[in-house]
Amino acid sequence: MKIMVCVSKTPDTTAKISFNAANTEFNSAGVAYIMNPYDEWYALVRAVDLAKQFPGSTVTVVHVGRADSDQIIRKGLALEANDAVRIDADPHTALFTAKQLAEHARSKNYDLIFTGKETIDHNGSDVGAMLAEFLDLPFVSYASKMTVAGTTATIERDIEGGVEVVEVKLPFVVSAAKGMAEQRIPNMMGIMKAKNKPLAVVPPVAFTDKAKVTRFELPKAKSGVRMVSADEMDELVRLLHSEAKVI
Amino acid sequence: MCRTSSYLNDVLQKIYIMVLVYIESPKGQFKKAAFEAVTYGAKVAAALKTTCVALTLGNVKDAGILGEYGASKVYNIASSNVETFDSQSFTTAIANAAQALNASVVILSHSANGKSLTGRLAVRLNAGTVSGANAVPTLNGGFKVQKSVFSGKAIAEYTIDAPIKVISLMGNSIPAQKTGHSVAVSALDVAVPAPRVKVISTRTADGHVPLPEAEKVVSAGRGVKDPQNWGIIEDLAAAVGATTACSRPVADAGWRPHHEHVGQTGVAIRPNLYIAIGISGAIQHLAGVNNSRVIVVINKDPEAPFFKAADYGVVGDLFEVVPRLTAAFKKFKAN
Repeated sequence: MKIMVCVSKTPDTTAKISFNAANTEFNSAGVAYIMNPYDEWYALVRAVDLAKQFPGSTVTVVHVGRADSDQIIRKGLALEANDAVRIDADPHTALFTAKQLAEHARSKNYDLIFTGKETIDHNGSDVGAMLAEFLDLPFVSYASKMTVAGTTATIERDIEGGVEVVEVKLPFVVSAAKGMAEQRIPNMMGIMKAKNKPLAVVPPVAFTDKAKVTRFELPKAKSGVRMVSADEMDELVRLLHSEAKVI
Repeated sequence: MCRTSSYLNDVLQKIYIMVLVYIESPKGQFKKAAFEAVTYGAKVAAALKTTCVALTLGNVKDAGILGEYGASKVYNIASSNVETFDSQSFTTAIANAAQALNASVVILSHSANGKSLTGRLAVRLNAGTVSGANAVPTLNGGFKVQKSVFSGKAIAEYTIDAPIKVISLMGNSIPAQKTGHSVAVSALDVAVPAPRVKVISTRTADGHVPLPEAEKVVSAGRGVKDPQNWGIIEDLAAAVGATTACSRPVADAGWRPHHEHVGQTGVAIRPNLYIAIGISGAIQHLAGVNNSRVIVVINKDPEAPFFKAADYGVVGDLFEVVPRLTAAFKKFKAN
């Protein structure tokens, strides 16, 4: 089975979020970057395990980004992906990124393409759907469990307040949510091997984007917590009614 | 089915004029998000000085009521190929409707299915897109749409530079508003291909408002100590009229089902009222709840980081405080 895993780079979960003076760009000074957790913990780990189930399979990590992403890509290889491709461009929007990933995938005949359910920076959930559309493939989002038998996958996907079980034939695109796999730390052997695994750098295709971020702002700060004594729950209810107006 | 040729696109771009809202109807019924989406569509249409038209797929009970929320027309596509969800079939149905009706803006709900459609539709319609918008677009200096980013830690304004726009609306961002009256439903005859993703079964918790749609949420964490103690949380939720949720450790321990886990890796919610009980407020938890309008934190540790993100705080033993709060809510409701 040929598996492609799309991984993106995001600020660490605990990163302080700030912007440039004009509020048009994210301020990356002092920010540690990680592989987007959904791409790593759920998509990549599940892909690697699936590859083991089908001997002769390969897992290719594909990333749209600049050379400063190579460390994150190497981590993917340390987690036992076979090889990697970096499309050398700034991933400004989901549409641009999906277009680049699709052009890479178009001639490769992947049986299965994984993304994470969303990135933790722009929280869009769009790349998987867009990629599937560019490639005219089925798409199953928010998969929390997946098994493959022959050429058919059975997938549980998260829906509002529950789970939907679906069946789909390979090839398709799937976005991975919690439950698909368990977070894994690369072992020393994996890290050593990763250094010598192929990481191809390819140029992007020309594409005119259709949207861009023109301004960032920080949410209004909370005015501060109002403490209510543990003995005065009637007062708390009164405040929720007459001050906060939520009941 | 077929993608629009670039020539056809050029022609259509000149005459595209209206706002089309695709309305989900699970099991033939509308949920709150449906009325929010129509209300939003009507506001977008008003800003663009055009009309808002709603689209439903499959058998829907009383689709005409969408008119009450501002749809000037409701179209329905009846096809055996839209009985269960498949992103390709649904995208084709909506895209064909958008083209047949000359829509310049297509609006969806940012729901589980909506998230599978938004990006797909944007590609199909050669459109610019913003997913998870939380406000009505502004038109001063371009078509600008804002959404929450960095897991609620910032807001981004996107400018869409394309004749066709696809926008998905984050739930609980704008209240549904009745402004009009019920309208007639017209059948729309467009081709829909058979689904390639087959739905085998669906398991949903009945009788509860699903978390992403809930206006009030009562949530508890490790402080509850034992799954057998969950009853006091449910009692409070019942008194408040809230949906229950939990933190990650509670779901990981199997005390509560995974779909109740709110936070970075679970469900992201934005209720009007979030009551967090025995949850310390790790940044990963806050990432899923910090768009809540009002947050109440109950914790025995006065240093719990969650108090910094709270509007109201109570320091105390939850096993004493929660039953008292339940009683207070009951008293309030009785009056």
